[in-house]
Amino acid sequence: MVRYFKKIMHFLLLFSRQGRLRLQKWFTPTPEREKKKIIRDMTAMVLARKPKTCNFLHWMDLKVVYKRYASLFFCLAIDDQENELLALEILHRYVELLDKYFGNVCELDIIFNFEKAYFILDEFLIGGEVQETSKQTVARCIEASDMLQEVKHTHTLAHMLIL
Amino acid sequence: MSPSVRLQEMIRVIRSARTQGEERGVIQRECAAIRAQFRQADNGGRSHNLAKLLYVHMLGYPAHFGQMECVRLIASPRYNEKRVGYLGAMMLLDENQDASLLITNSIKNDLAHSSQYVQSLALCTLACMGSAEMCRDLAPEIDRLLRASSSYIKKKATLCAVHIVRKVPELGELFTPAARALLAEKNHGVLHGAVILITELCERNAQTLVQFREAVPELVHIMRGLVTSGYSPEHTVAGISDPFLQVRILRLLRILGRNNDTASDAMNDLLAQVATNTDSSKTAGSAVLYETVLTVMDIKSESGLRVLAVNILGRFLLNNDRNIRYISMTSLQKIVSTDHNAVQRHRGTIVDCLKDQDASVKRRALELSLALVSAINIRSMMKELLLFLSTCPPELKSHAASGIFNAAERYSPSQRWHIDTILHVLITAGADVRDETVPNLIQLITNASQLHCYTVHKLYRALVADISQQPLVQVACWCIGEYGDSLLQGDCEETEPIQVTEDDILDALETVLQSHMSSPATRGFALTATMKLTSPRQRGEGGRIRSIVSIYGSCMDVELQQRAVEYNALFKKYDHMRAAVLEKMPVMDRSSMGQTNGESGGGGVQELEPTKPKQPEMMVAPQPASQVGGGEGGGAVFLYIVYYGMVTMDPSVAPAAVTVYDKSGVVLKLSCERPLDASQTITLTATNTSDHDVSSLTLQAAVPKNVQLQMKAPSGDSLPARSSAVVTQTVLLNNPNKVGPGWAGTPG
Repeated sequence: MVRYFKKIMHFLLLFSRQGRLRLQKWFTPTPEREKKKIIRDMTAMVLARKPKTCNFLHWMDLKVVYKRYASLFFCLAIDDQENELLALEILHRYVELLDKYFGNVCELDIIFNFEKAYFILDEFLIGGEVQETSKQTVARCIEASDMLQEVKHTHTLAHMLIL
Repeated sequence: MSPSVRLQEMIRVIRSARTQGEERGVIQRECAAIRAQFRQADNGGRSHNLAKLLYVHMLGYPAHFGQMECVRLIASPRYNEKRVGYLGAMMLLDENQDASLLITNSIKNDLAHSSQYVQSLALCTLACMGSAEMCRDLAPEIDRLLRASSSYIKKKATLCAVHIVRKVPELGELFTPAARALLAEKNHGVLHGAVILITELCERNAQTLVQFREAVPELVHIMRGLVTSGYSPEHTVAGISDPFLQVRILRLLRILGRNNDTASDAMNDLLAQVATNTDSSKTAGSAVLYETVLTVMDIKSESGLRVLAVNILGRFLLNNDRNIRYISMTSLQKIVSTDHNAVQRHRGTIVDCLKDQDASVKRRALELSLALVSAINIRSMMKELLLFLSTCPPELKSHAASGIFNAAERYSPSQRWHIDTILHVLITAGADVRDETVPNLIQLITNASQLHCYTVHKLYRALVADISQQPLVQVACWCIGEYGDSLLQGDCEETEPIQVTEDDILDALETVLQSHMSSPATRGFALTATMKLTSPRQRGEGGRIRSIVSIYGSCMDVELQQRAVEYNALFKKYDHMRAAVLEKMPVMDRSSMGQTNGESGGGGVQELEPTKPKQPEMMVAPQPASQVGGGEGGGAVFLYIVYYGMVTMDPSVAPAAVTVYDKSGVVLKLSCERPLDASQTITLTATNTSDHDVSSLTLQAAVPKNVQLQMKAPSGDSLPARSSAVVTQTVLLNNPNKVGPGWAGTPG
């Protein structure tokens, strides 16, 4: 696997117990074919884990931190030097954000509103790093963006067409 | 119907497809519709079409035709369209796609947009997939945003800068002044980003690192504030104030304190404070403590602080959370060589973790336990390790077995203990040991001559109990063949007496020979052992043994058949040689084995000691096959030479010639040339001092399988009387793999 430069997080995957992908975020440029292979490998490895094992795996030169929440597996690949326990906290924070937004989030919410799941993720992480450590701030920003989306095409934005 | 319902409707339809084929059909139809929509003019549903395509993409279907639509949507003035456009860009475009360059201009414009949410989209996308070119282009803009904007934008710009520095390291200089200033920020998001940026800058540029060392007091102050602050609804997680920020600061401190006494001193008290005051009952606290331990071990900390850190790891070992137990052991593994004594204090807990349910924890515990074995604790540790071996998961057995062998090799208190330990491993995990275990154990046994009786008794008992473990059976057969007489004697000081008759032994060997569990190699060992029992010292009864051996004369396995035929020949034509051929094997020297215990084949060659000058060991039948009759022309002189091992020789010592036959005036000598690497040249010199000619002299040679033989033409085949001429013949032997021992070759 070619990695272009050192990064904390390499990819984040969400998949169901049947191995269906629900979200994929790649923090390093990866060719399509390799992405598919990685997804297959990750799903196979994580789904094969027995229940009472720890949440860390080794794969190639990366550490994979995974946790199951209801029917979804959250899977984060981090650099070998990184803090796995913090990675668990990152996954947990994302789940909390989804939960706050959707209200008792379940897999169906993420299936039917996948673009929202991405928008929330993009307010929490940027370029493979945590951008905001306050839950409330992230939630407020998502709300504000959503409201902006509802607003019809207003005259204040019209003059931007000229640029 | 509003467009967003159409997206969810499509998802519902796709999900209700009952087969893969049905799903493909639905998706093909939808993609065709989407394509058509893309070609149309702006119809208000563009963002939803793209969103549909992105969903299809996530299912694994091709979506490259959506790339240009992303570019178009990003340039749209509508926020909802921009949002989906940028999302599409992050999913479908990366720096390797040509289309990605087309969005550079849009990003540039959006970075200066009046709405911070639009700026945010641009920053996020740039940090996600910005190519080196785009980064160079937009770096000044990012720097501007770092200095004068809201916290919301600053925190994103900072991480954008991190991405730029990773892509184009030279641009680090551009961001250094701004990064320094950002440390004064109060907003946690911005501070967090700033710490990451500084970390990145310091890791890439040594001068920047020196510069930022001056910021250590400031960082210490910030950290102290976090540790001592009370509850904050914004940032507290499980009683810890902003663990994300704490961990990043600790990481930066680690980099700044590395190899630098002043910086390390400045952070010493803080680290002690964090280590003592952080509650590790939940993951958040443990994450902070873990990072603290890593930092302490990496900088130039006081010894007291180091002991504190190791103790934290020791406490982690007792934590209920298996994740914490696991990372504790990985950390201990990293420091066991540098802080051996500190880690030894926790040996008991580590050994207990061998019994953990989790396979990963078990694996780590095994590694650590093996690293902690020393001469002092070898006996108690070995007990635990052997217990572990009998219950451990199959994937760890091989590793555990070789680890135990290594430890026994280095620290065994006595030969008997060593042999016992190896036997125990063979009994519990015989199938998983490496191939060289068998010769290594044999070598060990021959060297412990006072334990031969004890060893053969133990092995016989083990053999009778279970013949499934091949290495054990092989060693047992070998020992019975060599030391069977001790077995028949019955009593042995070190074990309880046992009555064993020759028939019992033969029964056991026959069982091995006939069992379907025995591998061909094992059968070979058993057959040879059976044969060895006929030697006079074993008082073996020929009858039963002969019948066993002759059965295998028609065995399907070529190797066994060959051996059986040879042994039969020893009974029939060469009975007088039999005793000598079946002599007890000599003590094997380590250097003649060509390998060291536990290592794979290749590595052992370098460690051979070249300083022992030794004759090549040969066992030669003392009696020739037939007399060289006077005047009758003579028969074939058959010398059954068993070439044993390949010995390295000191190149400066010239080996002497060995007389292998001296009767009735005919003298045959073998001399060895200095070996070149793995080859040896042997020269046969025949002289005849008798009054009669000797004709039809031929040399036939046999070598073990791992040795290559090349015979040159003899100078002649008749020896005239009274030493008037000499016959010489050269034989080249090549042992490319330097493995041994091999013996019992084919009669030439």
